[in-house]
Amino acid sequence: MEESKIISGCKVVIIGGSAGSLNALMQILPELPELKGFAIVIVVHRKSTDDQTLEELIALKSSVSVKPVEDKVPLLPGFVYVAPSNYHLLFEKNETLSLDISEKINYSRPSIDVSFESAAEIYGESLVGILLSGSNTDGTYGLKTIQAAGGTIVVQNPLAADMPFMPHNAILNTQPDFVLDNNEILKFISTINT
Amino acid sequence: MIEDIELETLINEVYEYYGFDFGSYSRASLKRRVNRVMHLDGFTHFHEFLSRVRYDPEYYKRMVDEITVNVTEMFRDPSFYAVVRNEILPLLGTKPFIRLWHAGCSTGEEVYSMAIMLKEAGLLHKSLIYATDINSTVLETAKKGIFPLRMMKEYSENYRDAGGQEDFSNYYIANYGIAKFNEELAEKMVFSQHNLVSDTSFNEFDMILCRNVLIYFDNDLQKRVINLFDESLAVLGFLALGTKETIKYSVTPNKYKQLDKEKIWRKVK
Repeated sequence: MEESKIISGCKVVIIGGSAGSLNALMQILPELPELKGFAIVIVVHRKSTDDQTLEELIALKSSVSVKPVEDKVPLLPGFVYVAPSNYHLLFEKNETLSLDISEKINYSRPSIDVSFESAAEIYGESLVGILLSGSNTDGTYGLKTIQAAGGTIVVQNPLAADMPFMPHNAILNTQPDFVLDNNEILKFISTINT
Repeated sequence: MIEDIELETLINEVYEYYGFDFGSYSRASLKRRVNRVMHLDGFTHFHEFLSRVRYDPEYYKRMVDEITVNVTEMFRDPSFYAVVRNEILPLLGTKPFIRLWHAGCSTGEEVYSMAIMLKEAGLLHKSLIYATDINSTVLETAKKGIFPLRMMKEYSENYRDAGGQEDFSNYYIANYGIAKFNEELAEKMVFSQHNLVSDTSFNEFDMILCRNVLIYFDNDLQKRVINLFDESLAVLGFLALGTKETIKYSVTPNKYKQLDKEKIWRKVK
């Protein structure tokens, strides 16, 4: 693990999580300063019935602005986007987001692997992928694709995760650039492009 | 993943050999779908896959069937169906005859959902539901009204959340893992193949439903398809899209009025 590598030229930070990731997100997002030249995209597994609540919670608690995701919405720096439930979230070359209701992957829609891989294709080395708490294997393959495309990958320290299985699985199967606690993830994102 | 240039080659060849135009499909999703079918069918090299598509029309058909996404469910987004039941059907019910169009109906789960609601509102006898898709294989399934039995628990919950009061299991007969829906529901359905990319308007409708189809198209094609719907919709008719789709980039804003928070618009002039 490299020490204090400051990321520059980042366009997108994509964060994946499942069970237990909401706690981590709520520790990180409200404390974030203005996002300098990059967007945050959050892909978490959640019930199709509680759509909107995560967006509302983030908007309520944090100073960064949340843009609701609709099909073909432009991905703009400075904003947070949350993948809607029951759709896969994909990235297009013209820097818009698109949606897809095809089969679940890893029993999940949205699937973290699907969004990570799609983002890696478009953003390559200007992408940072972060994987948080969860109890399935979604995200590990996606992190590999991000790293293969030249991006930076970060995994939440399993000891800091409510559900350590997902980050642990990622650490076993990839070589993360960083393994960080929640407050370290916050610091890490805060220094991007500074 | 295949290369971008390979995807563009496939799009061009399919157009040249079969006249089908995937050129305005969203690339991110299309690329995943092409990868998926190549993987499913055991191709390791793109050029082998491409030559099979070129020279084997049967395989070409299979590829199109697999590329087009056919995931659907009954009463998907119950709050949407609740608005249709409570606000739209009473308005449509004042008409002597109701014409509906499910564009991109896939295997028909939403068409049967609509038929159930029309029946419960006492309107099915004077309705005609056109259901179209580009994929002829899914239309055959839709005509039969046979869906997997294992989905019925979820569908009956959706049905109830959408305001359904009846015993949902009265609408089908369960047998060997399948649920066969009552034939009277299908009596007012007309299934036919229709391509939103290249075919024109074929009737005037009081309600058009096209949910989670436009997400696979780029902005230009979305505009063209919404214009096609506009041409096919009677004044005071309703257009319903998926929960994350919009008409706001495609038609003049004062021509349509949105209902509540749902993705349903009424053509006001």
